[in-house]
Amino acid sequence: MKEYDKIIFELSRPGRKGYQLPADRFGSDAFSKLPADLLREKPAELPEVSELEVVRHYTNLSNKNFGVDTGFYPLGSCTMKYNPKINEEVAAMPEFAGLHPLQDPATAQGALELYWNLQNALASLAGLAEFTLNPYAGAHGELTGLMVMRQYHISRGDTKRTKVIVPDTAHGTNPASAMVAGLEVVEVKSKPNGSIDVEDLKPLLDDSVAGIMMTNPNTLGMFETEILEIAKLVHEAGGLLYYDGANLNPLLGKVRPGDMGFDIMHINLHKTFSTPHGGGGPGSGPVGVASHLTHLLPNPRVVKKEDGTFAVETSDDALGSISTFFGNFGVMMKAYAYILSLGRDGIREVGPMATLNANYIKESLRDLYKLPVEGPCKHEFVFDGLADKSTGVTTLNVAKRLLDFGFHAPTIYFPLLFHESMMIEPTETESRETLDEFIDVMRRVAREAAEDPDTVKAAPLTTPISHPDETGAAKNPILTYKALRDA
Amino acid sequence: MSILKEDLRYAESHEWVKIEGDIATVGITDYAQHALGDIVYVDMPEVGDEVTAGEEFGAVESVKAASDLISPVSGEVVEINEDLEDAPEKINADAYGAWIMKVKVADAGEVDALLDAAAYAKLCENE
Repeated sequence: MKEYDKIIFELSRPGRKGYQLPADRFGSDAFSKLPADLLREKPAELPEVSELEVVRHYTNLSNKNFGVDTGFYPLGSCTMKYNPKINEEVAAMPEFAGLHPLQDPATAQGALELYWNLQNALASLAGLAEFTLNPYAGAHGELTGLMVMRQYHISRGDTKRTKVIVPDTAHGTNPASAMVAGLEVVEVKSKPNGSIDVEDLKPLLDDSVAGIMMTNPNTLGMFETEILEIAKLVHEAGGLLYYDGANLNPLLGKVRPGDMGFDIMHINLHKTFSTPHGGGGPGSGPVGVASHLTHLLPNPRVVKKEDGTFAVETSDDALGSISTFFGNFGVMMKAYAYILSLGRDGIREVGPMATLNANYIKESLRDLYKLPVEGPCKHEFVFDGLADKSTGVTTLNVAKRLLDFGFHAPTIYFPLLFHESMMIEPTETESRETLDEFIDVMRRVAREAAEDPDTVKAAPLTTPISHPDETGAAKNPILTYKALRDA
Repeated sequence: MSILKEDLRYAESHEWVKIEGDIATVGITDYAQHALGDIVYVDMPEVGDEVTAGEEFGAVESVKAASDLISPVSGEVVEINEDLEDAPEKINADAYGAWIMKVKVADAGEVDALLDAAAYAKLCENE
């Protein structure tokens, strides 16, 4: 297939167009009513193309995409599970898609009921009292949750608590969100298996600690077995526990963060609840809290009244609004469709299947790839590169070679605990056959690395772009068509 | 195998120090630049800043990761390597030539606590 690499501006020819507007029947003269300083002096530089050119252009671009719909996507820490098409069908229902956020709640009862039901379903899966669905994505949820944590201490007059403890293996968004929330980050060390070192944690716990942020399972995919002890210590010191829902998938319907002692959490609907992830998204990062924190959840909230109808409420105790209206409502509809499709029993199958799939790959490859942490993992695991590194083939080389066989690369060089990290998460939605195919290719690449290392180092050999200049791209980014044209 | 220099002292966080009088020249080791990969940006302190041994004084970003720079000594920054602003890749080419900052050392005892080349080589072997 010929590589398509055009930009729509390159197709533009003066005067060409793909539309016909009817004659102006109303004689309106909107432009003359606008203030002069709001009017353009020169016409906007827009592409002038025919309808067929537009269709071909975007169809060709879409064919360049790699997604879960085209192939296996074992990107660790991202939970790239299949997005069932029924979700899209539900979210596109005109009865919902056509709603206006400012219309009278009496005429939008169905949407409010959906919001109410979804937040209740999440609360019951999480073991917490109430969720807000308003945050737009995971990191936004983290920020919202940390604002709740901060506001909780301030509302009690305890203004000394400014520190948030974050494990050194945490996802980068954790310390970043804490900084944005105006809190100070303190790192707690991990043991070699990636678990929090309780002995290292103890001396950090004083009356300046607002709380701790954790994932469970941790970044290496291992369950934090000392979580109850950690929760006890943090609570005794007056701090709160924040659960980053990035790794919730293996626990879904089996273990509840609230039961482990967490006070606040966010969920990535675009990971655990099968809504689209990545560039297409958008995301959604609902935040749940235990009963002593519900009054702080952001405005607006959906409440169910005694007569069974639903209303929109705002409260002065809340920490304010963190989004326009109710966040990404379409994403909530998809997550709700997912929960109802699986049902109470189906949702309990998600975690065990995700865990089984990850362990199946791990055990099938551990003779050829270095496994730094022994024992059963949860939904994902980390290899520290090839077992035999003597030919100089790196994790980056292996990742690029996988592209030649039609697989998306795993997450590489994260976590930083190891030099050659390769983080693999298959999710529960892959078949045994797909997992076997991936295992065969990984074994083949390891063999090539020993026998024909130059091929692996030169990979990918079949993709339109093989070795982009990453340093050049980071140092001299060309981000607009004009910059490219003038370069 | 990464390059080591016998006349330098090393921190466990992979910075090197060269002492001339009371001035310490600080950079990152060849082992560190190799582990980071192609370096695209160095966040340096300003002349006149006070740095503290064991604490962050800047950061280095590569295409793979961003990593804090930890000062091996305490004192006042008297000079920074401005070449690195436009050409951070010099650290990849010559980690011991492309120094990052010079510090007027407040406590010479801190330097004695740093590793010598043999001890640092052993540390890297075990990483």
